[in-house]
Amino acid sequence: MFSAERRKVVAAEAVGCYVLLRVDRGRLDPGAPGQFFMLEAPGRLLPRPMSLCLAPPGELGFLFEAVGPGTRALAALDRGDELRVLGPLGNGFRLDVARPLLVGGGIGIAPLPYLSATLNDPPAVLGFRSTEHAEAAALLPNAEVVVEPTLVTDVLPDGHDILACGPEPMLEAIAAIAPGAQLAWEAPMACGYGACYGCAVELNGRYARLCVEGPILAA
Amino acid sequence: MLLNASGCLDALTAPEVARSLDAFVTKTVTPLPREGNEPVRIAETDLGLLNSIGLQNPGIDLFVSSILPQLRRLDLPIWVSVGGFSAADYALCVETLDAHDEVVSVELNLSCPNVDEAPESAAEIVSACRSATRLPLYAKLSPALPDVTEVARAVEAAGADGLSLVNTIRGLALDERTLRPLLARGTGGYSGPALRPIALAAVYACRRATDLPIVGMGGVWNGRDALELIAVGASAVALGTVLFADPGAPSRVRAELHAAAASLGLDDPWEAVGIAHQVAVSSQATAKSAAYQPN
Repeated sequence: MFSAERRKVVAAEAVGCYVLLRVDRGRLDPGAPGQFFMLEAPGRLLPRPMSLCLAPPGELGFLFEAVGPGTRALAALDRGDELRVLGPLGNGFRLDVARPLLVGGGIGIAPLPYLSATLNDPPAVLGFRSTEHAEAAALLPNAEVVVEPTLVTDVLPDGHDILACGPEPMLEAIAAIAPGAQLAWEAPMACGYGACYGCAVELNGRYARLCVEGPILAA
Repeated sequence: MLLNASGCLDALTAPEVARSLDAFVTKTVTPLPREGNEPVRIAETDLGLLNSIGLQNPGIDLFVSSILPQLRRLDLPIWVSVGGFSAADYALCVETLDAHDEVVSVELNLSCPNVDEAPESAAEIVSACRSATRLPLYAKLSPALPDVTEVARAVEAAGADGLSLVNTIRGLALDERTLRPLLARGTGGYSGPALRPIALAAVYACRRATDLPIVGMGGVWNGRDALELIAVGASAVALGTVLFADPGAPSRVRAELHAAAASLGLDDPWEAVGIAHQVAVSSQATAKSAAYQPN
């Protein structure tokens, strides 16, 4: 069962082109890697879904790019500001994998640092659209970094259990070459807990709620 | 009585939220299963939310065989929202539900902005359903009707037991960069705080036009909003979009509602039902005897 708490911002830090929002954890459970939280976006009607990026003691860390009114409001938060945090929500990655390889594209690297820490720093392949965006790779140990026009699928080694998050074309390309991969998808969400049916994705020929059945889905 | 607006809560994924209400209203059920509309289905605007879900539901047969038994275990009064594409569709669902004791009321969704409408009038649909069940029938009407009171009187005459006011109103939003509609279907139902004055007007008008009890809804975000719907004539209030933003809204709004009523000298917020229709006579500015105050 999820819970909601008003939490204080510890810091909002720039990481390359992205923002790392660090929030006081309170009694919130960080959940499993790949699960997400709904963060109140001050001044906006609806919260924004964010997977947990880092879970240091006493904190929850969320990585995002300020691209719209909600993420811009979150990026403008200062130390001491309060926001409502709801979670953890959805289903995380399965961790019972023999040879994990983490694959991330752009802001899709968000859930991977926490996943990496949980799996004792397995190898990772990260792709970005510019070297400035690629600065965020510092959040992840043991990562090979590629920058466009090179794609992560150009350099994927064989023989691994892939756990991936990134833009849809990247996830579709991985699904095509690695049928057993675990893929973290995204969709616009109003609620994050199964109420709105807004985050429908096609799954086995029907529309499923990504927040309930995902966001991690088998390729 | 505090309810959820249909389609704004799944009691099976959030039972604790459902238990914080006085009754649970299901997502609209239709005779046949519906996959719903193609994504993108939701878009936030500055003052509201657009949705174009398209009545995604498992169909009445799977609903009564699989969903309803699970809902029954929550031990909450259940209102079932029913939809369709003809009066016969509605009547079929209602007749099926009639045999289920855990269903205390049926809400007829006569106003979904995201699917094609039945060719029959609201009154004809209510009439067909009236013959099919003993259950209380609430007619959920659109705020976009040219004259909501005319339809309210017609459904009352056709045998409706109450009104649910209001559903969402059709709207559209464009992408910041591409200037194309954000929703795959183009338009969607607009909800949230922007709908509140529209809901107040509809409840106010229908309270004067009919004797039917009214479930008021539309943009309620706090206790004061609920109190205003009660004041214009709602004898129950439903929470919709606010549940997406705040699953704790039922308990919060309930506490705020009592506090808002108390601050106006009312012992119980439900004493205020219809109070907005009473002539203000006294010089004392309280809810019971209001006077003009500059603000």
